[in-house]
Amino acid sequence: MHYPDIAALAYLIASVLFILGLKALSSPETARRGNLSAILGMLIAVGATLANPAVENYAFILGAVAVGGTVGASIALKIQMTALPQLVALLHSLVGLAAVFVAKAAFYAPGNYGILQPGGEIATGSLVEMFLGDAIGALTFSGSLVAFAKLQGILGSAPVRFKGQHALNALLALLILASGVYFAGSEHAGVFWAMTVFALILGVTLIIPIGGADMPVIVSMLNSYSGWAAAGIGFTLQNNLLIITGAIIGASGAILSYIMCKAMNRSFLSVLFGGFGSGDSAAPSAASVAAQRGVNLGSVEDAVFLMKQARSVIIVPGYGMAVAQAQHAVREMAEILQKMDIRVRYAIHPVAGRMPGHMNVLLADANVSYDDVFEMDDINNDFPNTDVAFVIGANDVTNPGAKDPASPLYGMPILEVERAHTVLFLKRSLGSGYAGVDNELFYRSNTMMLLGDAREVTDNVVRTLKGGGH
Amino acid sequence: MSGFIIALTVFVLAVFVGYHVVWKVTPALHTPLMSVTNAISGVVVVGAIIAAGPAETSTANFLGLAAVALASVNVFGGFIVTQRMLGKFRKRS
Repeated sequence: MHYPDIAALAYLIASVLFILGLKALSSPETARRGNLSAILGMLIAVGATLANPAVENYAFILGAVAVGGTVGASIALKIQMTALPQLVALLHSLVGLAAVFVAKAAFYAPGNYGILQPGGEIATGSLVEMFLGDAIGALTFSGSLVAFAKLQGILGSAPVRFKGQHALNALLALLILASGVYFAGSEHAGVFWAMTVFALILGVTLIIPIGGADMPVIVSMLNSYSGWAAAGIGFTLQNNLLIITGAIIGASGAILSYIMCKAMNRSFLSVLFGGFGSGDSAAPSAASVAAQRGVNLGSVEDAVFLMKQARSVIIVPGYGMAVAQAQHAVREMAEILQKMDIRVRYAIHPVAGRMPGHMNVLLADANVSYDDVFEMDDINNDFPNTDVAFVIGANDVTNPGAKDPASPLYGMPILEVERAHTVLFLKRSLGSGYAGVDNELFYRSNTMMLLGDAREVTDNVVRTLKGGGH
Repeated sequence: MSGFIIALTVFVLAVFVGYHVVWKVTPALHTPLMSVTNAISGVVVVGAIIAAGPAETSTANFLGLAAVALASVNVFGGFIVTQRMLGKFRKRS
């Protein structure tokens, strides 16, 4: 067998190992083995490529791997679990940029990839594929950098909107398309670079208007784009491994975006181009009416008293728990309650946090075992039989207003905490959630508000529980 | 059959494989799913190595080396952070 066949077989094995790696994520028990299988796939893929007779520059290549690998490894070893959304966004951006570089390299040295025609030209089809990989890569790069900056707090997480935003985006998309068509016909280097610049700008203008709570959708979308960019490069280089891996990642990100949108009852386009609270007049009047109703403010002692009486407690965490770094205190509280023979479980809304599965990782990091953590659909029917729902840093995902056709949240599936016997609601203030919609849960007779920093309040609950004052 | 048609066939079938595999991933592991896809998207390193391969000084060579470094951040960072995360998912002892 000649090298190309051996390499193609090695790439096939690597593809299978990647697929098995993702398949293993169907359960936490098999997941670690899955990651190892994906690592093995990567080793085989890189090994087969290094064995290419055309590859001679080993010192420089291994040097580049060492530099990138050291940076990646040191970040991954040090990163706090609360900062994972930023890290994921940053890694999306790097793939995007790498895809741009490879597309450009293929343009400048088509002979390396065997896409040079006898006449010394690149086939039109290859140019189109190059253009696609490059444009999606550039968009992924700049878009993910903006998402990273928002998640890291470098940019404010509030939506940035300006007049003519949609028109500007449409213009940029047209410019990208037009330069792509011209490039495919002319092989013009300047136009190729101009197209990259347009795509970089579009990445910024697309993501900058998106607010923090919509980030789960956006991070998933950029995950998907990073896959499509890799697949585009795979088409250019006629490499099945890149095509297969890219297609799978593209599908994965698209599915996650879909799940996140469904959990907010919003369409993908409304997340991307719409946004909450723009010109909605119904919400404020409802809020002012509600404000006249009484709020039941409780103390830490009241909360402890209620929980000690309970037989069953469900904890509902949200982004506020992550911000306050309260997950360890919450776990400590849960353990004390469990020792008192109180059943304690956690209920997770799909869009709680800043990316899919965010809360699950934070709770796992705080040593909560995964059999105590339940998805919304698996636990929602249990709230009526629950004595205390302990809501910490979650707001919109528990708002019963979502059942009211007049509410902007209407139709969003919620965790039905209001059906529990008592709701303990930890919150910094009585302000509304991200959606700008007042939460009528605050004014219900079975709700007790505990105002303050999520971590401080939970720490006080733990101290009081330990003190056994009641 | 042209190379493009073969590639398209592989692409479409892979989308279906991805669709079915990813729907089976438990929602609790959606964050590790993202980080492991971060890692395997670093497979563009394969294309980067070929660009960086010839022992010469050219634009393509330089772009290739830069892409190798970027993709390596993803591969190492993605796999390590995924392993760290998955190590935290524990059954009740």
